[in-house]
Amino acid sequence: MQSNINNNAYDNKAIPLKGVVSKFFLHLHPAKINVQALKYNRTFGLGGIAALLIIILVITGMILRFVYVPSIKGAYDSIVNYQNDVWFGHFVRNIHYWSGMLLVVVMFMHILRVFYSNSIYFERRKNWWYGLVIFMLVVSANFTGYLLPWDSLSYWAVTIIANVFKSIPFCGNWLSGILLGADQVDETTLMRFYHFHIGLIPVILFIVLIIHFWLVRKAKGVTVANSSLVKMVSVNPNLVYKEIVVSLLVLIVLFLLSLFFNAPLNEKSNPLVSPQSVKAPWYFIGFQELLLHVSPIVGIVVIPLIICLFLFGVPLLVKDDINVGVWFNSVNGKRLTVLSVIFSVILTFVIVLLQSYNIINQWFLIGIYTIVVILWFFYSVLYLKAGRVELYIVTFTILVATYITLIIIGLMLRGEGMSFILKQHIG
Amino acid sequence: MDEIRIKKINRRKFIKRLIVIILSFEVFYLLLATLSIRRKKVKQLILFEAGDISNFENGQVYLFSSSHFFLYRFNDGGFLAMLNKCTHLGCVISYSEKNKRFDCPCHASSFDINGDVLSSPATRALDILPIVIDRGKIYVDVDNPIHRDSFDISQLKYA
Repeated sequence: MQSNINNNAYDNKAIPLKGVVSKFFLHLHPAKINVQALKYNRTFGLGGIAALLIIILVITGMILRFVYVPSIKGAYDSIVNYQNDVWFGHFVRNIHYWSGMLLVVVMFMHILRVFYSNSIYFERRKNWWYGLVIFMLVVSANFTGYLLPWDSLSYWAVTIIANVFKSIPFCGNWLSGILLGADQVDETTLMRFYHFHIGLIPVILFIVLIIHFWLVRKAKGVTVANSSLVKMVSVNPNLVYKEIVVSLLVLIVLFLLSLFFNAPLNEKSNPLVSPQSVKAPWYFIGFQELLLHVSPIVGIVVIPLIICLFLFGVPLLVKDDINVGVWFNSVNGKRLTVLSVIFSVILTFVIVLLQSYNIINQWFLIGIYTIVVILWFFYSVLYLKAGRVELYIVTFTILVATYITLIIIGLMLRGEGMSFILKQHIG
Repeated sequence: MDEIRIKKINRRKFIKRLIVIILSFEVFYLLLATLSIRRKKVKQLILFEAGDISNFENGQVYLFSSSHFFLYRFNDGGFLAMLNKCTHLGCVISYSEKNKRFDCPCHASSFDINGDVLSSPATRALDILPIVIDRGKIYVDVDNPIHRDSFDISQLKYA
């Protein structure tokens, strides 16, 4: 591709950006970037989209703050009134909701992108860690916002998560006390979540985001597939133009979503009755599904700890044997990724199905899963010629694909009372 | 000369870092301490009056939803008060008269009429509440649930 680049193609006139805000925006970028970084499938613009969504969330959130009443008596009604009485009230809440949801998806994809394009090593290691922290903050912001409408689903979802915390050994009760401020979800909890949601988390997020952006600049921008090719072009208009187009596209998608799909609002919460099949927010449904199969200590402490250790530790494991910026490290890595996805989806489905018939208990399940995964590692090394870096990619793929499969099972294959739908059909 | 200067800088660095660390601990502690504040509960025994013994038929389950418990009168006349919260993750369970069992809507745990686990993910029988019977009336201590692993005949309370 690089050889037949028309040299004049990137010599367009700069978009005349005047004014302080535009100049500030330009200063977030370097003056020149590598022409390879311009290709859309290098980054898919995911980081930028996430940043845009955060800005939209801040703006709509500030509007919503003026109407929202953070108390058990007022919360639900204030939202209903705002939706019914104010022109575009429903629309503002929808935009806030959908931006929050999209943000989790986009950031998740951003994580996939930087991992699979080998962009988390060496000088980008620190930024990978900050990025993971940002992801955790965004998920916490999303989760604390989930309770605020005070409808039945949010109330029970938070009750469940708080009880999940309680099952952590030694400090579980203390932790859930910190989170809830009481023995069960009540006024104190709502107040607490409100302040986490609008105060503490956004402030920390803002600080970490600034560091995140600065570290991107410090690492001299995004990784490129072939670092020996250094053809630099000016950011304005080449990148700026694309960023504007992507931003407009995101806005269009967001507006369409908000026009046609309302943010859910069930009946007001009633602490006396749990509704049929309480489901956690979708990004936690994988964990909820996991908790159907393993004991809470394993599901909420051991497995997340292993995942975190792997994610935070993986940039420390590599030395020079890595192709920074190359998708999946090699052609073989790509093949291994695809095969690992198929492998983990099938494995997860089979194990969930086995357990829904009560054929195996949880220790048996964990044992089988571990053994099969280890066998897969051996198979990858011996027959699929996986190197060290490819093995990290395989591990990451298994973790991600398993979690997504659990989400899909939890979302689509759990019917009334959380029974397994396939089981009802098969009999 | 150079060495001395480096050492000096190191000491200064050390003190700077120490101050930052101490301040971080202080802020962190303040945050946690603030979040750990609970409303003080007045420790006194408040008993819930469930009603006259004669109101309850043998072999029946009665729900007291606002006080969060089921009262089950055994066929031999003994009483058992069980918290209506699933021992898995705290959802409110419901009683099915047809199947004579308690079901949890959240993760499909179920318990038999004595509160024993019929199907996982719950691993422990339903918590019970102490019962006091005085002058033909039943009082239930709703604030002090007792954990138990499984049902035992000694948990019943007789008039």
